Amino acid sequence: MKALLVAESREGKTLPSIYELAEFARMAGAQTVMLQVGGRENPPKLDGKLYLADTKTAGELNPPLHAAMIADVAMKEGVDMVLLSHSPYGWDLAPLVAQALGAAQISEAVDYKDGQFITPALNGKLRLSLKPATAKVVVTLQAGAVAPQGEPTGTPTVEELSPPASGKPYEFLGFEAPKDGGVDLGRAKVVVSAGRGVGKVENVELVKKLAEALGGELGATRPLVDAGWVEAGRQVGASGQTVAPKLYLACGVSGAAQHIAGMKKSEFVAAINTDPEAPITEVAHVTAVADLKQLIPAILERLKK
Amino acid sequence: MNILVCIKQVPDMETKFKINSAGDWIDEADTAFRMNEYDEFAVEEAVALKEKLGAGASLTVLSIGPERVKEAIKKALAMGADKGAHIQDDECFRKDTAQVASMIADYAKDKGFELIFTGLQSQDRGSAQVGPILAVKLGFNLVTTVVGFQYDAGAITARRELEGGLRAIVKTAAPAVITCQLGLNKPRYPTLPNIMKAKKKELAVIPAAQVAAGAAMVNTARAFHPERKGAGEMLQGDIAQVADRFVKIIREKTGLI
Repeated sequence: MKALLVAESREGKTLPSIYELAEFARMAGAQTVMLQVGGRENPPKLDGKLYLADTKTAGELNPPLHAAMIADVAMKEGVDMVLLSHSPYGWDLAPLVAQALGAAQISEAVDYKDGQFITPALNGKLRLSLKPATAKVVVTLQAGAVAPQGEPTGTPTVEELSPPASGKPYEFLGFEAPKDGGVDLGRAKVVVSAGRGVGKVENVELVKKLAEALGGELGATRPLVDAGWVEAGRQVGASGQTVAPKLYLACGVSGAAQHIAGMKKSEFVAAINTDPEAPITEVAHVTAVADLKQLIPAILERLKK
Repeated sequence: MNILVCIKQVPDMETKFKINSAGDWIDEADTAFRMNEYDEFAVEEAVALKEKLGAGASLTVLSIGPERVKEAIKKALAMGADKGAHIQDDECFRKDTAQVASMIADYAKDKGFELIFTGLQSQDRGSAQVGPILAVKLGFNLVTTVVGFQYDAGAITARRELEGGLRAIVKTAAPAVITCQLGLNKPRYPTLPNIMKAKKKELAVIPAAQVAAGAAMVNTARAFHPERKGAGEMLQGDIAQVADRFVKIIREKTGLI
């Protein structure tokens, strides 16, 4: 099997997700070639052929153009699999590449066994084993599904790639930083996060009190930020901050993959949840199956002693 | 101007899911269904645009699935869509993303839609593929993961979310497919008068056989519950005892308190 790995780049820097793609390809026993639209100074530290297009001509973000380049290289190299990250960049590109190649697409793969891809479903409560019916397949890999081994040290052989003329209007006007920088949760020793399971906005106060009593910071999942219950600067997850505290306490957090991606490097994870099957229990070292409205006051009382 | 919003009805994520007898999806018995959360933001954005454009703009809401998906369509009608279309398909859950996108494309191709809104992904399968494939099938432009949207006489300016809270501002033109991320807007709640009005709105039923799905590109071999790695301890029962044990474990393991 031969795979084309698509490396992501942001403002000239290679994002580390490429090393997860390389590890997944290695596990699947695939030979690899790489493609990146990025800067010349900072290629992935991996051996092998790298098709490199410059963002100056191909654009920092231009899905129709980038997808056309990926499909061209996939065809030329005769790859069986195109591998991208299950990320905002990959969400755009994977279906476009798959359609251009007449290939099946598998989203958010976490494993590959005997020609079948394992993906999560129903908020992580179920797994599906999916089998492509086409010869070629385009796969997006869940962030953190595989762990690269050791520090990457390779040097790619660069082959220049010039972008074709784009038939689709898509203009990148610039980046916009997050609205409020907020607290740097990455430095906190304790993060106590509130999720949708808090039920009401008033109960966020309860979680906040627990954070204070533990000498930590309040964190939150995306739905709470979207609802305006907690400020955006406290969001933990793939679209928020990545944290690695000594203690991560998840209150009413179901544990969507997007959230887990932002907290799984925590040293000790504790959860309070009414659902013993919630995916957060998979990463929690201890789970209290209880209503947080009852349990948090009881914990606060014990912390005072 | 004709606008389409595509919605899916999904199981309540709090359900204790059981696998069906075919072993390829869940058993729907005793399962509550609701509108896919991402699609609520799509409906809101489409309704808000339609209201802004005023007379001459028309919003259709489309869903594919068994009889029950009419409930989701009715909710969208109560939120402000003008008419509904239901592609009736009891076997929809076995169709892959390319087939679903093909069915929508076949329905939409001769209706002159300028904009198609849908959710970034569904909560049940989460593939984030149907919107983009639909754009390819119809030859439309595409912006995904939208958290800000402006439309001005065919020109589209969108804020598109990237990782870590970073956003990109991008520009494209209609006709386009827009996939909506959570937080794009504040989806309205249907009011009682609007729920009553929605009952009188047109809801066309189209048998699945009347739209072309094509062949599946992906087959589900098996659905299963993830193996519980079970490293963690589960505390249940009396609140005082659970609290004692919970605090004790955190104290012993972290040394922080």
